[in-house]
Amino acid sequence: MLKQNIDFLGRRKIALIVSCILLVVSIASLAVRGLQLGIDFTGGTLVEVGYPQSADLAAVRGALNEAGFGDATVQHYGTTKDVLIRLKPQEGISNEELSVKVLEAVNKNTAEPAQLRRVEFVGPQVGDELAQDGGLALLFSMIGILIYVAWRFEYKFALGSVAALVHDVIITLGFFSVLGLEFDSTVLAAILALIGYSLNDTIVVFDRIRENFRKFRKGTPEEIMNASLNETLSRTILTSFTVVLVLLALVFLGGAIIHNFSIALLFGVFVGTYSSVFVASALALTWGVNAEDLMIPVKEGADIDHLP
Amino acid sequence: MQNRFPLWKNLLILIIFMFGIVYALPNLYGDDPSVQVSSTRDTQVAQQQADQVESAIKAAGFDIKSIEFKDGRVLVRFNNTDDQLQAADLLRDKLGSDYTVALNLAPATPDWLQALGADAMYLGLDLRGGVHFLLEVDMDAAVKQAEERYTEDVRLALRGAKIHYQSVSKDKGYIKVKLKSTDEKEALLTLLNKDFRSLDLTEPNAQDEVWLKIAEIEIREIKKFAVAQNMTTLRNRVNELGVAEPVIQQQGENRIVVQLPGVQDTARAKEILGTTATLEYRLVDVEHDVQKAVKGMVPVGSRLYYDKNGNPILLDRRIIVTGDQIVDASSGLDQDGQPSVSITLNGVGAAKMGKVTQANIGRPMAVVFIEYKSETRMVNGQKVVRKEKTEQVISVATIRDAFSKRFQTTGLDSPQEARNLALLLRAGALAAPVDIVEERTVGPSLGQDNIDKGMMSVMVGFVLVLVFMALYYRLFGMVANIALAFNVVILVAILSMLQATLTLPGIAGIVLTVGMSVDANVLIFERIREEIRNGNTPQSSIFLGYEKAFSTIFDSNLTTLLTAVMLFVFGTGSVKGFAVTLSIGILTSMFTATVGSRMIINWIYGNRRVEKLSI
Repeated sequence: MLKQNIDFLGRRKIALIVSCILLVVSIASLAVRGLQLGIDFTGGTLVEVGYPQSADLAAVRGALNEAGFGDATVQHYGTTKDVLIRLKPQEGISNEELSVKVLEAVNKNTAEPAQLRRVEFVGPQVGDELAQDGGLALLFSMIGILIYVAWRFEYKFALGSVAALVHDVIITLGFFSVLGLEFDSTVLAAILALIGYSLNDTIVVFDRIRENFRKFRKGTPEEIMNASLNETLSRTILTSFTVVLVLLALVFLGGAIIHNFSIALLFGVFVGTYSSVFVASALALTWGVNAEDLMIPVKEGADIDHLP
Repeated sequence: MQNRFPLWKNLLILIIFMFGIVYALPNLYGDDPSVQVSSTRDTQVAQQQADQVESAIKAAGFDIKSIEFKDGRVLVRFNNTDDQLQAADLLRDKLGSDYTVALNLAPATPDWLQALGADAMYLGLDLRGGVHFLLEVDMDAAVKQAEERYTEDVRLALRGAKIHYQSVSKDKGYIKVKLKSTDEKEALLTLLNKDFRSLDLTEPNAQDEVWLKIAEIEIREIKKFAVAQNMTTLRNRVNELGVAEPVIQQQGENRIVVQLPGVQDTARAKEILGTTATLEYRLVDVEHDVQKAVKGMVPVGSRLYYDKNGNPILLDRRIIVTGDQIVDASSGLDQDGQPSVSITLNGVGAAKMGKVTQANIGRPMAVVFIEYKSETRMVNGQKVVRKEKTEQVISVATIRDAFSKRFQTTGLDSPQEARNLALLLRAGALAAPVDIVEERTVGPSLGQDNIDKGMMSVMVGFVLVLVFMALYYRLFGMVANIALAFNVVILVAILSMLQATLTLPGIAGIVLTVGMSVDANVLIFERIREEIRNGNTPQSSIFLGYEKAFSTIFDSNLTTLLTAVMLFVFGTGSVKGFAVTLSIGILTSMFTATVGSRMIINWIYGNRRVEKLSI
């Protein structure tokens, strides 16, 4: 096995610039374009219908227009046989009747009737709560992580890892905003899972840094941290690779419903891996982590070989 | 010697693996399309009806897999869905409206596994198809109704106590009593303190006024009752719909989740859930002959009704009280320990009830349950909405004494009957309005697609990881693969034991667990390689690799678990399903990747001289 020695932290200025650019682009896009929120958040009605053959979207649109659903968006979903119809929250018409009316309108002029595959109706009040709960879940996860890492490691590490997580979340949100991908409750779940993944990566690196600080009495913090990053590099790449493998299976075979979920995770794995090296560790170093921070106060010499 | 587990540890791990296999096994058997017959009334399906079902199906020449009669229900399993649908139609015609014939997917778990308590995971609606409704009870309306009731009650009480008032009015959450003269204020306060303890009193500056507000505790009760009442009503409706395994649960303070697996016709489901019901108390006409009335000679002042067993009964035309005057009904035991139902009326109802019962002690009184259903049917290609009213006598009891506001119905056969009566009374009482705030319907074709796609991605993702690990770590990789397989088995076993609902995001959680659980083994193996590079012997490298990697694995998994738990706490619906699989997956993967793989490595390399590791 070849022993790598890459000067990660020496390049932290470049990484800082890259991260800043990504963050600025993401925030700008979120501010200007916003997120393409799914009906889970906005409220509204979604009807998915399946045709035996490829569906003619123009005809479906025409039929809906005729029935007074002019504001409906119509698109293929997954395959050309499936059509997804979205409606904004409607005034005046009861939600109970809406999906029935839509199906009726769609099937009015077609010889072969479309089959109802899925209906989702979400009231606006539910959507607001989902966004709120999602935000709370993010917030409390971060606080929990901050406390746990500060307790197990050191507060500079805790701040570094939380900064990395914020970084990952914003850039993934930005990715969804820039590409105009739909952001629904499954994507929210993906982002929370991503926090877990990215953190997992960061902790593995921190763990090695802690160990090396205790082991090597010589060397600058930067040298020790660089060595630690190199030592864990193969693991970082391998694990990310296996996760990417299964995510590719989900993206290509999992079907349209979890497609965006899988995309969010796939993108997040790359950002998360990058951030544990270049954001979490780099920030901890910048804030001046040193050997004293990580010494075990009482048990001197715990690193002595404990073989029998 | 190092790298050996003591016997007990090996045995323990093996026992856990065996348990995992047994409890994961039911999921391999799949489901049988089946038809479930149950009674819509409180009586259970008797053996006689079970035989009737069996003979009807056999006569029609259906090829059935099995027929079971258990817990007062009949379950007939078929080989395919065509037979299932046809047989269900046949049974619906044959059995009539007293029985519910529901389509079901019954798990085909063999008896010996069921005896061990092993069941398959429950498939979520996105996988099996069905309807999910989230209903919100209008709490403001419920409270407003209560305010109206109290206003009326106060007015009546004042009249009863001969206290002269100028007005009793409802205003911004207050019930304002304005007296004609301040002289009677003392009497008013005494009355309010005695009979209206659930109202908070405030005395404004105006001397002739008293303001009342429903107490916080009472409001909480009203809200609780509004939800409970709606749930009862919904349960009755859903039973009618013929759904095999409905879920009706309270969510939060004011919401109710209704899940109807297998139901495709949402329009009809909504119609039935939206049925309204009420009830009426009437005196029984004991002077005229019922049999004559059945033949068509109904006396002028009476009407002919039927009870649940189809027996005719003559009732007085005049109504004593109606359902919207019932405030509460609950079942329990009376002083003698007999099953009974306690009923509370509002002021108007109490006054009428008092008057009637005083004059009719010794006469029987009946409760009529009335339902208004609207049904949309296709007649000659046209949609016809048919409104239907059904009336049924649900209880007859003799008036023993004059009573008004609170009274008990006793002489019921069983606590079961008391419970049912209370449920029906509540269902017929004025319920707080509900709105559908969320609906999710998944068609059966999409459900099957989702299962297929989910399984496919699990398989492919899994195989990719297995191949990669075997290539990269050789023998150690194979060991990791065995651990990985057991991780999935144990994960599925635990989810089955918890009877967790498997959803599509849940499957994604399993896939993700597969990808991430490799991490622990990668950490260990990389450590072992490192120790070898550092010049350690193979044996001590294994030992050190596992030892040193453990704290890393522990820390990293615990933090991931932390976020998964947050996801569970704040997530809803399918997101929760994902969080559950992820959390359990993290725990099982820690076990299989550290302890499980170590056991196998110990078997291979432990306790002997090793020159080189296949890693």
